[in-house]
Amino acid sequence: MSKFTEKDKARLDELISRYPTKKAALLPSLWVAQEVYGGWLPLEAMDEVAQHLELPTADVQGVATFYTMYNKEPRGQHAIEICHNVSCMVLGAEQLIQHCERKLGVSATGETTADGVFTLARVECLGACCNAPAVQVGGTYYENVTAEQMDALLEKLKSAPSEVVTPPQSAMPEMRKF
Amino acid sequence: MSEQPQLLYKHRHVPGINTIDVWMAHGGYENFKKALAMEPDAVIEEVKVSGLRGRGGAGFPTHIKWNAVPKNRDVEHYLIINADEGEPGTAKDRDLMNGLPHLLVEGCLISMHAIRASKCYIYIRGEYIEPWKSVQKAINEAYEKGFCGKNVLGSGLDFDIYTHLGAGAYECGEESALMSSLMGERGMPRMKPPAAPLPMISGAWKRPSVVNNVETVSTLLPIIELGGAKYAEIGYGSPRSRGTKLFSISGHVEKPGVYEIVLGTPFSEVLELCGGVRKGHTLKTYIPGGSSMGFAPPTPLDYPFDYEGIPANTKTLGLGSGGLIVFDETTPIVPITQRLVDFYHHESCGKCTPCREGLNWLHKIYGRIVAGAGKESDIDLIWDICDSIRGKSFCALGEGAIWPVMTSLLLFRDEYLAYIRGGKDAMTDLTTIGL
Repeated sequence: MSKFTEKDKARLDELISRYPTKKAALLPSLWVAQEVYGGWLPLEAMDEVAQHLELPTADVQGVATFYTMYNKEPRGQHAIEICHNVSCMVLGAEQLIQHCERKLGVSATGETTADGVFTLARVECLGACCNAPAVQVGGTYYENVTAEQMDALLEKLKSAPSEVVTPPQSAMPEMRKF
Repeated sequence: MSEQPQLLYKHRHVPGINTIDVWMAHGGYENFKKALAMEPDAVIEEVKVSGLRGRGGAGFPTHIKWNAVPKNRDVEHYLIINADEGEPGTAKDRDLMNGLPHLLVEGCLISMHAIRASKCYIYIRGEYIEPWKSVQKAINEAYEKGFCGKNVLGSGLDFDIYTHLGAGAYECGEESALMSSLMGERGMPRMKPPAAPLPMISGAWKRPSVVNNVETVSTLLPIIELGGAKYAEIGYGSPRSRGTKLFSISGHVEKPGVYEIVLGTPFSEVLELCGGVRKGHTLKTYIPGGSSMGFAPPTPLDYPFDYEGIPANTKTLGLGSGGLIVFDETTPIVPITQRLVDFYHHESCGKCTPCREGLNWLHKIYGRIVAGAGKESDIDLIWDICDSIRGKSFCALGEGAIWPVMTSLLLFRDEYLAYIRGGKDAMTDLTTIGL
């Protein structure tokens, strides 16, 4: 069952037009697919991208599985990603992770709460070393996070809609088709 | 304290500087117009005189890269901006893209003119959604004002800039892996010169391509504004390290943040600028240039902090990308090194055996030590594995992974021994770190 609408396909076409080859549009197209398929990439999503980009499905799967931000499993409504690399580590990231694990009752290995609201994961360097510890939810960074702030954030997110990463939109005037 | 002229950060704190109107009110795009009125080779000459070296980590002179690009327009040339900042400790490009996106866009335009490129791809790491939105908005504004697009400012030249979002792979920060990823492949490195042609001759899509860091092209604005010769006068240390550079200072310091510092400023002064080691604590060690450059001993501190200044006897490699992480005496070195080993193990692309197998082995040994089951012979084994990766991995990732390990062994062998001999009792409860 195809999930891509005509509008989605037009978005892929616009992405393709930016590069000398169709294949180059693969990464941004997978972002589109991930958005269309509700935050993760089932095999059908990769197939649809492969079809539109005229690539072997194996090629698309090979690329999608290489990058950690293309989710191969469904995730909760909000993915709480806590940086645990050295700068964050020496400023209390581990305490923050354990705090969240206790609070949500899941392990920070990418587990999702039973109600499907939160997925908790520790991630490698977020590049917010100067404001450690750092947390990312959707596309938003939270920095210098304390346990109290984390509690307030979790409370706030419970009723908030999930934030979806939308792929880059071109600025070239003649390409604004959608 | 020496004077720290703010060239990149001149307008960092002006409200609304991320919008094109405020940017132009502060002289924005004047340097691009100035550069556009010059011949491309004249721009490259200014860069050569300025002594600019790539700010991404390797410190390669920018003008050499630019001069290697064919001087014709027969085939399309590409400028590729490396905004895949993922090195633990490094957070400067994020700050530039968030706060001063037009600095990057204008820098891209100047670079594109110099290397005769008509297309530019800004490869931003997948996690950087906010910087990406900020840069994309700046590009959109530049199109609206006519600085991008067809026949820019009546010059007859076309300049198109696109953003390209990565998807979580540290390896893609490596030049050839970045180009693979841009072309829609797995982000794995490719053969490098001399075995392969220079990317400046045959890079992305086998066309001439220049890969520059965000900060490198941003530095073109002060160079064009001041002129190369004037820019080269800035700098205290070696004649080969000129100008200012951004440093992201993190860890146990009073005022962590991104600082613009004149190259060659004594390291002790750099520490002073960020408020020094947090109150009541002493410096144990620090990583001067992002985690792949290794740990440095707490003395000496008065050496010039630039590409050449890092004392050879510290065994630390150098300035790298400018990610300074400071650790005080409360830091247990073994779990910190384990964290870095696990990071590189996780991020290794798996293309070459020394890196893939070696890091997996190191990951297991460190896991064993931290679980309280380490053996004294592990120390020699770790060293041997590092020695088998050194100089033998396909790209710099393997090399970068072993430097923090080897330097930690050189500096803190006793701590390793105490850790191993003490068994489970000597282990640090990670939740106590940071208190």
